Amino acid sequence: MSLLNRSAFASLSTLLQNTPAFASIGKYPLPKESKSMNLHEYQSKQLFADYGIPVPQGHAASSADDAVAAAGKIGGDLWVVKAQIHAGGRGKAGGVKLARSTDEVRQFAEDMLGTMLATHQSGPEGLPVNVVYVEAGSEIERELYLSMLVDREVSKVSFIASAAGGMDIEQVAQDTPEKIFTVAISPSTGLMGYQARQLAFGLGLNKQQSRQFEDLIRRLYQLYMECDAGLIEINPLIVTKAGDVLALDGKVNIEDNALFRQKKLAELRDPTQEDEKEREAAEHDLSYVSLDGNIACMVNGAGLAMATMDLIKLHGGDPANFLDVGGGATSERVAEAFKLILSNTKVNAILVNIFGGIVRCDLIAEGIISAVKEMGVSVPVIVRLEGTNVQKGKALLANSGLDIITADDLTDAAKKAVSAAVQS
Amino acid sequence: MSILVNENSKIVCQGLTGNQGSFHTEQCVAYGTNVVAGVTPGRGGEEHLNIPVYNTMRDAVDASGADVSMIYVPAPFAADAILEAADSGVELIVCITEGIPVLDMVKVKTALKEYDCRLIGPNCPGIITPGACKIGIMPGFIHQQGRIGVISRSGTLTYEAVYQTTQNGLGQTTCVGIGGDPVRGMDFIDCLELFEADAETDGIVMVGEIGGTDEEAAAEFIQSNVSKPVVAYIAGVTAPAGKRMGHAGAIIAGGKGTAEDKFKALDAAGAATVRSPAELGSKMLELLT
Repeated sequence: MSLLNRSAFASLSTLLQNTPAFASIGKYPLPKESKSMNLHEYQSKQLFADYGIPVPQGHAASSADDAVAAAGKIGGDLWVVKAQIHAGGRGKAGGVKLARSTDEVRQFAEDMLGTMLATHQSGPEGLPVNVVYVEAGSEIERELYLSMLVDREVSKVSFIASAAGGMDIEQVAQDTPEKIFTVAISPSTGLMGYQARQLAFGLGLNKQQSRQFEDLIRRLYQLYMECDAGLIEINPLIVTKAGDVLALDGKVNIEDNALFRQKKLAELRDPTQEDEKEREAAEHDLSYVSLDGNIACMVNGAGLAMATMDLIKLHGGDPANFLDVGGGATSERVAEAFKLILSNTKVNAILVNIFGGIVRCDLIAEGIISAVKEMGVSVPVIVRLEGTNVQKGKALLANSGLDIITADDLTDAAKKAVSAAVQS
Repeated sequence: MSILVNENSKIVCQGLTGNQGSFHTEQCVAYGTNVVAGVTPGRGGEEHLNIPVYNTMRDAVDASGADVSMIYVPAPFAADAILEAADSGVELIVCITEGIPVLDMVKVKTALKEYDCRLIGPNCPGIITPGACKIGIMPGFIHQQGRIGVISRSGTLTYEAVYQTTQNGLGQTTCVGIGGDPVRGMDFIDCLELFEADAETDGIVMVGEIGGTDEEAAAEFIQSNVSKPVVAYIAGVTAPAGKRMGHAGAIIAGGKGTAEDKFKALDAAGAATVRSPAELGSKMLELLT
């Protein structure tokens, strides 16, 4: 039986925002669905502790000295030093180390702090390690899996549990779904005793462990509801050799839409872990995700933005980004959007697709013209406008003296963008 | 004919005096929508845009006989507004507000089961029966009275589908934007059922997105319950592999939810899928001629 805190080796996910309900299928959109703010492991565990959920003793440290002091406070002769980043797969990437002396604690903390840690989930450039978490090593008897999210199919908060913790849990779910137990909680009754028992028996816990487990999930449910969590995942939840149930890992995210009433939690946001461009975009009410292609897109509405990317692909091109300027696009937002797009040097054509409903096409056209002029855009710009005041908008573009290619419809726009990207 | 709303619908606007409420209600009235009352707590007794304002939904419904509520109340107060509407006895609630915390909607969805009313949204463009009643933020002028029912999870992409069916002369019976939030009111199936039963609707255009399993469920429903032609498009084939956290989402989704899955399910159900969003209108025209 390993003494090692395997949690971080074993799996673990973590990255940014998304509605968990369809996260990790491989392809899915970021925008529109409710997004979430990630907490670090050490923040999640503090929150667990606040709610009386058992976690190993541990302290966050931002220097090697602090890490050694943390180990001293914890006592014993076995510690785990864990890099705190918003990405899973830390163990395999060297971000989780078992230390058998305080010298080793110092060494590992020094090695990790101030570096960029790249895991299979962080992207190739990695994420900065500004904090390490020093935690008491645990003696593991069993590893379980436990998580919570809103199951959109039943519109309820649900628990997911499995005795197959620490393993590739998605594979387990696919191959042996009978090993996964879920219960959906009615908001009017809250977690009922029978539901807790269903999970406890499903996990094969004995009487004493069941009691601990039921208490734990009751507290977890309270945390989820009170903190407006978007996801809680404990992988693994362990049974120690002493027979106690303990949260060895913790991933919590808080729904962005609820941050207005979660002011204390909102302060835990760590901007160093977020994509700079995406954050900048968000500050201007833009939703931006950069991609590998060379045709930049600027679209109003997330659905139309995805559809525009699909069309580019369908006509043989490759989108350079997803960019939703929002239903109420203004000329300022259009200017900001151009800035974002042009910061990607791979871009060699820009497709603007605006269906003006409430937004007037002439205002959008003015925004495009001034942005192209001011920023000296040198790549071809293809514009498709439709909706309110479309004729005015098109006339403005035509008379601007700028080299803007106008398109009549969706297909025409995609084709023109693809051929412009090939030529430039 | 149409579904859910028509020229006889009487609308009460919750949040009438706010910026969004004022702006869009004015547009709705200009389109011909019969907005009979507004609700803003503390402004009862006033008139706004020549519409009488009440303190509570009960007062508004009692005085005006409104049967549909249109909500522009800011997100922190929107869940309360939805349940106040339900409690006032309206038959249909259209919630435009975006950014409502999902746990608020979890509670609302459960509580709504006690009432005999339907919810559209939140975070949606609304519903329109062309030429009769526009409830929401969609541009009225792209619509045209006609034969097609439109159901969509998206906003501007809905306009695209609508515009195409206007341009090729098919027009629409009713267009419903069901919204993109994970916990919402009506889904595709609810609308498909109504369009199937509506005598004037000859075909149904369905615009889905990646994520969730609503489109898969709709496909099953179409196979056994819908006799009218359905044209479907799913946005997001090329959507980026997103960043994620945890495995819970994948477990609960059970491998469903990609655009390919949805296309496959709809194809298998006999729906006419189009890979290009530009072909929604032409495909429907082809099926109906």
